[in-house]
Amino acid sequence: MTATIEPEVGKARLRKEDARLITGRTRWTDNLTLPGLLHMAILRSPMAHARITAIDTSGAKDMPGVIAVFTGADLAGEQGSLPCAWPITADMKAPNAPSIAVDTVNFAGEAVAVVIARSAYEAADALERIDIDYDDLPVVLDMEAALADGADLVHADLGTNKSATWIFDSGEAGTGGDVEKAIGEAEIVIERTYRQQRLIPAFMEPRSVMCDPTGEQLTLWSATQIPHILRFLLAAQLGVPEHKIRVIAPDVGGGFGGKLQVTPEEFLVFLVARRLGKPVKYTESRSESLQSGHHGRDQIQKLTLSARSDGTVTGLKVELLADMGAYLRLVTPGVPILGAFMFNAIYKFPAYRFVCTNVFTNKVPTDAYRGAGRPEATYAIERLMDELAVEIGMDPMAVREKNWIKHEEFPFTTVCGLTYDSGNYEAATDKAMQLFGYDALRAEQRERRERGDTVQLGIGISTFTEMCGLAPSRVLGSLSYGAGGWEHAAIRMLPTGKVEVVTGSSAHGQGHETAWSQIVADQLGVPFEDIEVIHGDTQSSHKGMDTYGSRSLTVGAMAVVKAADKVKEKAAKIAAHMLEAGEGDVEFMAGSFRVRGAGADAKAVSIQDVALAVFAAHDLPDGVEPNLDSEATYDPENFSFPHGTHLCATEVDTETGFVRIRSYVCVDDIGKVVNPMIVEGQVHGGLVQGIAQALFEEAVHDESGTLTTGTLADYLVPSAADLPSFVTDRTETPSTSNVLGVKGVGEAGTIASTPAVVNAIVDAVRHFGVSDIQMPCTPMRVWQAIQTGQTDAGGLGNESGGGLGSINTSGGAQ
Amino acid sequence: MIPAAFDYVAPSTVDDAVRALSEAGEDAKVIAGGQSLMPVLRMRLAAPSKLIDLGRIAALRGVREDGDFLVIGAMTTHYDVQRDPLVREHAALLAVTTDKVADPQVRHRGTFGGSLAHADPAGDLLAPALALDAEMVVRGMDGTRTVPAAEFFTDFFTTALRPTEILVEVRVPKTTGWSAHYEKFNRVAQAWSIVAVAATVRVDGGTIAEARVGLTNMASIPIRATSVEQALVGQPASAESIRAAAAHAADGTSPPSDGNGDAAYRQHLAQVLTSRAVAAAVGV
Repeated sequence: MTATIEPEVGKARLRKEDARLITGRTRWTDNLTLPGLLHMAILRSPMAHARITAIDTSGAKDMPGVIAVFTGADLAGEQGSLPCAWPITADMKAPNAPSIAVDTVNFAGEAVAVVIARSAYEAADALERIDIDYDDLPVVLDMEAALADGADLVHADLGTNKSATWIFDSGEAGTGGDVEKAIGEAEIVIERTYRQQRLIPAFMEPRSVMCDPTGEQLTLWSATQIPHILRFLLAAQLGVPEHKIRVIAPDVGGGFGGKLQVTPEEFLVFLVARRLGKPVKYTESRSESLQSGHHGRDQIQKLTLSARSDGTVTGLKVELLADMGAYLRLVTPGVPILGAFMFNAIYKFPAYRFVCTNVFTNKVPTDAYRGAGRPEATYAIERLMDELAVEIGMDPMAVREKNWIKHEEFPFTTVCGLTYDSGNYEAATDKAMQLFGYDALRAEQRERRERGDTVQLGIGISTFTEMCGLAPSRVLGSLSYGAGGWEHAAIRMLPTGKVEVVTGSSAHGQGHETAWSQIVADQLGVPFEDIEVIHGDTQSSHKGMDTYGSRSLTVGAMAVVKAADKVKEKAAKIAAHMLEAGEGDVEFMAGSFRVRGAGADAKAVSIQDVALAVFAAHDLPDGVEPNLDSEATYDPENFSFPHGTHLCATEVDTETGFVRIRSYVCVDDIGKVVNPMIVEGQVHGGLVQGIAQALFEEAVHDESGTLTTGTLADYLVPSAADLPSFVTDRTETPSTSNVLGVKGVGEAGTIASTPAVVNAIVDAVRHFGVSDIQMPCTPMRVWQAIQTGQTDAGGLGNESGGGLGSINTSGGAQ
Repeated sequence: MIPAAFDYVAPSTVDDAVRALSEAGEDAKVIAGGQSLMPVLRMRLAAPSKLIDLGRIAALRGVREDGDFLVIGAMTTHYDVQRDPLVREHAALLAVTTDKVADPQVRHRGTFGGSLAHADPAGDLLAPALALDAEMVVRGMDGTRTVPAAEFFTDFFTTALRPTEILVEVRVPKTTGWSAHYEKFNRVAQAWSIVAVAATVRVDGGTIAEARVGLTNMASIPIRATSVEQALVGQPASAESIRAAAAHAADGTSPPSDGNGDAAYRQHLAQVLTSRAVAAAVGV
């Protein structure tokens, strides 16, 4: 066996999963079928808030191919409540959350009836034959109005639209000073209110779920990020013994937090299949996905920053209203709380207070969306740092540098009590500034302003950090989260020397199969091609906490490393026996055991040799089991803290308000890199999603609570044609909290890019008197801001114009 | 996204298609590429009893010359219009506009006649057809008639086509030697126009001798910016005179207000984009 010399970690390997994923020749849930499979279609409420007074399903039941029609009343006895795993306060108000409305609908898009038919076509046809009478209830849409005295209520039984108020105060926590005192004594006080518009995750593969109730275990396939959590919660919420449930997440086409959910559709398919004793499948349409899958963001942020006139920050007060929508889904209440620890970002605030009030409205529930709480926080602080710079007449990068944690100050405990283990903001910033050509762009900006050019240039900065690697279980416990933050892995050594890696991480596009193979190749000294990564099935990967929050590499892969350590420990005993040496006298290098110090030419036993010897088990040391297989569960000690410097130059056409991103430079520090190509993909995709919030995307509701951006013709997801070529680079400051030195990269681009873009737009038009433009910065909003110098340019009509959204039944002759 | 059930026929001659449409009655729909109709069906915004597919009628495809006219078959795809040498030579405005329609997939399936008959005010080909004084040749059981573009578009998604008539070809007066530009404004590539301006001009010795300007999505039907056209003719082909003429672009318009912009913003855009479209066409 020749030694594997070149490490796999660090190689830009093509992803082994891509051929099947890109061609679609794989096991997407909707591709699967079973003998006798039935199809479910869901009738959804067109009303945002109404009482159901009558449902007539007789017409649908008579339709060809229809097996059954169920309403909420039919399933009320067994549907229980969808779970919320994060009761953020002891007195949090949480409504019962049915999968199908029984007597009241609380958002437009909520399920009110289901049809089960022999084909998806017959099920869809039968939906139209269900008649439902509704009595209107007052629709609650605006968070501030929802909290006013005498406001109409989403859930009358709760007596309020306020779900909870969660507070962190550094003075009370003993992690910093009193913010009111800091503000009272401040030379400079900046007060701003920012709006985080509602976004839709818009993953590529619509959600799909299939249940087979005919075996001893009920088997549920779902396009989910969280097969393990789903299994646990099906058992906990529906009273089915856990060992009688198997959940499989086949290949899953994106999630971005949108599939970090236990969905009404999963419960409904499960309940209906069990009731009928036949397999049932449901796949949502794109419009159903947009109107009923959980949304993200949706906050109003009232911010007060205090500083000295030299630019040193002295305090930060954050008062949030967070829109829960109509129900609390899996981690709905906790999403804004994840941001609580990130408003102070990379800056040394001596005093900090965070108050978040969670509010119910008659809209689709919100929940995790790429970054989950941290993009909102990063946006607020990075916008504020620009405002501070303007207020005191300082360069915005200089203000940041004055306040950020210096590289020699790590590890650094923040005003929130988090300990940032490592970082080097100076290095990332230096590199980014060079790549960007900051000084030349500033000179061009001045020149265009003086000339009164119709196209004005703006420069935006975002020096961000994030907390990744969710999460140390003890921290989750202190935040009242309903589970731990560990991850599990197992390694199986096959007799032929091939390796199966079982992971509790649940890939849905991340490339775990490739990255885990690279890591294990180095750990065990086996070829990359000899490794198979197994995931997403609770029968083969029996234990896990799944994939979200940039946790797979920092937590999941660490469990893999620990399992590999155990394999090597076991193998060393047997190898020593085979080498007729003492266990302490052998060393493992590049896949082989040798007697320590015996030189490269000495007799070697490869780990594959050991695997075969174990299979035969003819001659093992006394008391040693014939088994190298090992498992490990890893609970992180700390979060990881990726950071970076993002710089954006925008050209604003002052005649139309159109914003063109001229250049975008990001230098991210995500610690050690396993596969640079995967990192590049994560950064690009992340940037696009963050830029999309700044420029394009918003879930808009009309006054009746109807989602008016209910197709991808109206909800504008950008494509490559709308974006510049990104300039990406990295610095590498390894995390000191895990042996791989990794930090995670799944959310970095999304968290960082939104404020960089908006800062650049505001910078381009600030001389017109503009200090803020609501996101998304549509051409009309930007143009109006320029015209009026107003700071709150928003507000759009809701009437239909041309295009898909306006086509009616009489339209479209050809 | 499953359409309601419908019958489907794909005749191979125009006569058969007209007969099928006549027999099926008002509940039938003609499908001419399906790039607008299919989403409507899948969203169940329409549920026709029968689709009559014109896709197999070879006679409806292609571009030919007929004296001072180009004749474009209604079922000629956008891709074929865009690349056609006759169109490029004699109707440059159609070539440059078709290039901006949606994305390559749509341009390979969608058809010129289908777009015009669909009459979406945000559709890109209506304004150029109007600006070029195109004539719509339509066929029904009673024979063939010709409808000028100015009379063809009657309202939001509504044309002068009678329920049993089919648009068979479009006769476009040649604008040989004219230059053209389509200035399309939207928030993301491949989207419908928020506003767009189709401009084609003939410049003679540095003076604008003739000008045609059509506006997309500035009313329930495409609009001809006649006051801009009049203001341009006889003026030097300069940025200043074009800007002055473009100030009339919003005259007589009644654009929609929607999520992409209110009416006042669209009227402002019309002026800016008209100036840019004409300037680009002229090359200043």
